[in-house]
Amino acid sequence: MGTILSTVINRLILIAAIICSTSASAEKVIKLASTTSTENSGLFKFLLPKFEKATKIKVRVIAAGTGQAIRIGRNGDADVLVVHHPPSEESFVAEGFGLKRHKLMYNDLVIVGPKTDSAKIRGVEEATIAFSKIASSMQLFASRGDDSGTHLVEKEIWKKARLSPQRTRWYLSLGAGMGSTLNIAVAMDTYALTDRASWAAFRNKKNHTILMEGDKTLFNQYSVIPVNKKKHGHVKYDLVKKFTNWLLSNDGQNAIRDFRIDGKQMFFPNANREQ
Amino acid sequence: MAGTEDTANNFLDALLLALDLITEFNAGLIEIVSLSLSVSLSAVLIAASIGLPLGAALTVYNFRGRQISIVLLNALMGLPPVFIGLTVYLLLSRSGPLGALDLLFTPTAMIIAQAILITPIVAALSRQTCQALYEIYEEQLRSLGATPLNIMLTILWDARISLVTAIMAGFGRAIAEVGAVFIVGGNIEHFTRVMTTTIALETSRGNLALAMALGIILVLLSIVVNGVASVTADSVSRSRANR
Repeated sequence: MGTILSTVINRLILIAAIICSTSASAEKVIKLASTTSTENSGLFKFLLPKFEKATKIKVRVIAAGTGQAIRIGRNGDADVLVVHHPPSEESFVAEGFGLKRHKLMYNDLVIVGPKTDSAKIRGVEEATIAFSKIASSMQLFASRGDDSGTHLVEKEIWKKARLSPQRTRWYLSLGAGMGSTLNIAVAMDTYALTDRASWAAFRNKKNHTILMEGDKTLFNQYSVIPVNKKKHGHVKYDLVKKFTNWLLSNDGQNAIRDFRIDGKQMFFPNANREQ
Repeated sequence: MAGTEDTANNFLDALLLALDLITEFNAGLIEIVSLSLSVSLSAVLIAASIGLPLGAALTVYNFRGRQISIVLLNALMGLPPVFIGLTVYLLLSRSGPLGALDLLFTPTAMIIAQAILITPIVAALSRQTCQALYEIYEEQLRSLGATPLNIMLTILWDARISLVTAIMAGFGRAIAEVGAVFIVGGNIEHFTRVMTTTIALETSRGNLALAMALGIILVLLSIVVNGVASVTADSVSRSRANR
């Protein structure tokens, strides 16, 4: 009766879903695990239609922190990665999960905080000094705490400054994405480390602003890494190759350069053409 | 710091934005609303086709461990979506046991996760409804020589209007949750992005008014679906009474 009918309908739906998902894989689609900054800033929304138009390959973006994106690649759940933490990338390639690391583009990290700047880091030239000033004045600092590229760089700066704030009361380890961390930083009047593109695209700045920038430790290199077909046989390497080639080509690099937020360039292409 | 005036402005902006989005039939909005509905309604269909018979069976069949099963079922109603999301993720991952199906980061994966989330809810609530009816019917049905299967079907049929509530409770949970669909769907634009994951995304971009507007639309959507269900159930019961 009713239940039998609904069971039949349910079966039909499952079959339909399975057919849909297989026919979708016949279509030319690749999965890209990327860092949140590239997706949330709108970069991919700008780039991918151009690539799709040129090659008829659809790119599905899963935005996660660099740590998680690498884990997705390691499990074989994505075909290609765009991430920003060179040491993790190198070990991803060295362990055989990543095929090759291609430099793609760069921007930089910045320290944002309340305009009142109680720790007085405005105009400071070195990130380690800015961090020391935040620590010595015990101003609140909001950390991603999620193994993202930004979080790993932050940890390196604390280490270089010979500080371990992880157990202090002014250090908030959030375990959150960039946007959530910025929302909390703004609401609680704390300092935070972020990438320039995420900050520029962030629409809840209130009284927060960039207080420190320009140190070379804050240089932020993005790379594109195809997942190795030898580890994961299902990876669509032919399509991924077209994608990386396009990103590294003049067309792709120019498109990256043309992307703007509020009239400002956010990512600076620096692909190594010799590879 | 966010003052009260600020918050009030945000809320007003959100309301106006919600109205704008609805009245202009925003294409992006329609896309995520229809994906939300089709994912959650599919999950409800699966949950109902398992949960209703299960609830009725737990009422009618007396077996060893029945009481424990009921306790377990009730406890499963409180499963955290993130936990289910992670479990389904690990099962469907290419490195997991069902990896060959290639379902991770697809709408199907989202349907599976939500179906697991709400089947216990539908089953536990329908068991309760069936139990109440069974206590009234049992003697009469047994004296007529009805088999347990007959009794199950009779009870489900007669309780069908109250069972709508059980199904709607499941739907409400499915359409509102974000933890599971975010993990197994990946929030891919034009593919697995639904209402709740969009709200999370826009919040993280600092677009608080837009996030609120989408939240308001989600509430309206839930009211419409529940309204349709309740009107249908009502008209069914009225047409029976008139017969």
